[in-house]
Amino acid sequence: MENSLFYFFSVAMLSCALLTITCKNPVSSVIFLVLAFFSMAGLFVLLNAFFLAAVQVLVYAGAIMVLFLFVIMLLNLPAEEKRHRGWFGGAASIFVMVALMLELSFVAHHEKLASSPASPGIDGTTEDVGMVLFSRYMLPFEVASLLLLAAMIGVIILSRKEKK
Amino acid sequence: MPTLSDYLVLSAILFSIGLAGALTRRNTIIILVGLEMMLNAANINLVAFWHFLPPSPTGQMFALFAIAIAGAEAATGLALVIAVYRHYRSVNAEDISNLKG
Repeated sequence: MENSLFYFFSVAMLSCALLTITCKNPVSSVIFLVLAFFSMAGLFVLLNAFFLAAVQVLVYAGAIMVLFLFVIMLLNLPAEEKRHRGWFGGAASIFVMVALMLELSFVAHHEKLASSPASPGIDGTTEDVGMVLFSRYMLPFEVASLLLLAAMIGVIILSRKEKK
Repeated sequence: MPTLSDYLVLSAILFSIGLAGALTRRNTIIILVGLEMMLNAANINLVAFWHFLPPSPTGQMFALFAIAIAGAEAATGLALVIAVYRHYRSVNAEDISNLKG
């Protein structure tokens, strides 16, 4: 059961990611990315990270992708016509993928990678995550809120109309 | 049962797809989409290590903060895209080359 779910979510995620970068129309690109993020939330559930799966759907598929869609519709972009110089990026990414695979196989060969899950000290439920987040990770949590405030102010200043 | 290396291979492939998107596309918004994809590939790695290696909540917390920071990054990037569009009337990365020597 877990195996087939893993393969289903992986294939769905990778094909949606491929469609995201091949679609000419930016709106359908972003819609496919939302689908890819939903499959990723499914993978997080398989990894017992339930709270993170919910955050993935709410924040990524919900908030961030709606922001992307808003900007695309605000700018009213035409579909991209042609892509030259495409071979360079494609070659570079294939090179990176091969390098990562070689590295992974090297590490897996020399270091024994765990194949069965360790019994986690905390589970991925909201209660456990909240307990850790508000005790050990209190300072990073507050710093993250400051960073979000700074980003918000920056965005407001950047997107304000300049007065001549 | 999927193993740790299955998840690592999956995230390596997703990272490469995101990189290909960021490098081959000319639309600045799609370049940002590729960046988001690469960030998510890193998140899969973090959560997989959290699940398979001895107990410590660090991996999951790191992924949580990465999501928060990705939100800030996406908002800032899109504000920059809007500012550039106002100036150049285009979001094509090839039209925006004033800094090219």
